[in-house]
Amino acid sequence: MKKISLLWSIGVMFLLAALIGPADADLIKVDGSSTVFPITEAVAEEFKNSGGQAKVMVGISGTGGGFKRFCRGETDISDASRPIKDSERTLCKESGITYIELPVAYDGLAVMVNVKNTWVDHLTVKELNRIWEPSAQGNIMNWSQVRPGFPDKPIVLFGPGTDSGTFDYFTEAINGKSAASRGDYTASEDDNVLVEGIASDEGAIGYFGLAYYEQNKDKLKLVPIDDENPSNGAGPIAPSMETVMDATYQPLARPIFVYVSAKATQRPAIKEFINYYLKNAPSLVEEVGYIPLQPESYDAAVQRFNQGIKGTVFGSGIKTVGVKMADLLMMEK
Amino acid sequence: MIKILDRIFKYIGIGAVLLGLIVLAVLVLDVVRDGFPRLTWDFFTSYPSSKPEQAGILSAWVGTLWIMLTTAALTIPLGIGAAIYLEEYAPKNRWTDFIEINIANLAGVPSVVYGILGLGLFVRALHMDRSVLAGSCTLALLVLPIVILSTREALRAVPSSIREAAYAVGATRWQAISGQVLPAAFGNILTGIILAMSRAIGETAPLVTLGALTYIPFLPTPPVSVSPSFPYVNFSLKGLLDPFTVLPIQIFNWVSRPQKGFLICAAAGIIVLLIITLCLNGAAIYLRHKHQKNW
Repeated sequence: MKKISLLWSIGVMFLLAALIGPADADLIKVDGSSTVFPITEAVAEEFKNSGGQAKVMVGISGTGGGFKRFCRGETDISDASRPIKDSERTLCKESGITYIELPVAYDGLAVMVNVKNTWVDHLTVKELNRIWEPSAQGNIMNWSQVRPGFPDKPIVLFGPGTDSGTFDYFTEAINGKSAASRGDYTASEDDNVLVEGIASDEGAIGYFGLAYYEQNKDKLKLVPIDDENPSNGAGPIAPSMETVMDATYQPLARPIFVYVSAKATQRPAIKEFINYYLKNAPSLVEEVGYIPLQPESYDAAVQRFNQGIKGTVFGSGIKTVGVKMADLLMMEK
Repeated sequence: MIKILDRIFKYIGIGAVLLGLIVLAVLVLDVVRDGFPRLTWDFFTSYPSSKPEQAGILSAWVGTLWIMLTTAALTIPLGIGAAIYLEEYAPKNRWTDFIEINIANLAGVPSVVYGILGLGLFVRALHMDRSVLAGSCTLALLVLPIVILSTREALRAVPSSIREAAYAVGATRWQAISGQVLPAAFGNILTGIILAMSRAIGETAPLVTLGALTYIPFLPTPPVSVSPSFPYVNFSLKGLLDPFTVLPIQIFNWVSRPQKGFLICAAAGIIVLLIITLCLNGAAIYLRHKHQKNW
């Protein structure tokens, strides 16, 4: 009998131990844009390797999907490939979520055609608009309609899905209004699908982040873009590290961000992680195929963060299209 | 003439079989060629990484193991219990017919629908967050109809003479079921459970809907851990509430990356997943043969 009660007490002790468990390390939840994901992932990885104690997990649900969760208070940090929208600001406000906006890198959007495409040596923003504007749906179906002299070849379109920040930005830059686009194109959130699509059709044209082009140079032909504004570089300009940095590749270069919940910044783990992020961003951003900001921009971001300056610098009416690195720095300060 | 038709049909049949097999073989060969060199010990013991050469599936296979064990723990008692009730106890009336039709229908509902249900019910309404528990509950709902249907099938295959013999020697209903019917049906029930698990292991859609996160460089709290201080061995179920990732999601994530290296990682991950599924299905076939009874 004694033996049994001894067994019982041991059992109860184990149960208690199970309930209490060992102390938990701090958990940092990040979600959002698939464009920003590789940067945050690389930072989280290095953070861990350098002895950071907090557990950082990074999800992908698109910029829009990420903000939905962020504004419900489900995540601490939201990756975003465009600034927060008015509708999302309202959503955050309703649930009392305030945030600090931190630019972390620049990304170029590349326009691409098939390697067998011999006729396109560049496109102007107007021509891109002719191809992609909402009224082009069902009307602009042939390359000969894009520019006189282009051959009589059907045009086949590829682009990111509507949940993507890349889609929002491209449509705003080219069609003048965010999310205004023709709908009769092959949309995929998976950029590799777009790469394969463009690579397999002679009449194809599509757009996505520069990092995907860099990895698929042999399969795709990059199209230089002419914004017909000589003040930022005359003639057609192809996207590259240099042209995005010196702001001559316009208007398809954009800043990308992380948003940190103000409530979360009170946790030392988040402070440590974000400071690590901004300090190591310049080297890591380049490593994963994006374009780092000017060093002063990162300094300004660190200041914004440590002073806890809330809100977005892209309030209503302030355009994100054509924001150059230097402009961004001014806005941050 | 008729003989010629006969022969033609035979060749069409052979062609149909070969077509399927060849496509499968090409797919498997392609994946193995890409992924096999990547299957090193490090691949199993490393966390995902932004550098393809260093990326591994540690958090993915541990997550898969957690999910499978928890799903099994939820599904087996519920599924077998429901099947025993429906097969052995339930009166035959419209109400049970209605339940039966619904279970059969549920088995055919697309898995993404379960994902949305899981997101609304487990993640949001029951505040389980994106945890192992929420994932397992969702997958348990998904495979429950399969387990119920196959268990009922197994129970039905046990001849009624066995039950009657048990009643004849004075056994109660439960004694007849637990002592005679269940052991007799054991092999078939197990087969059904294993097949259900091998379906659950490859499911991506419901877990993606749930938002099972992709980059997780840590594991759920282990159920047993050793500590240098009293009580030396800790048991913990905290892991159930920890975030997780699983193999299919890790593969999905790698496939959508630009770098070629990640596609190779994905191929290696696919091989691991294929082998696990193959082992489970093999076990199911083996058990079916081993427990096959001729009444």
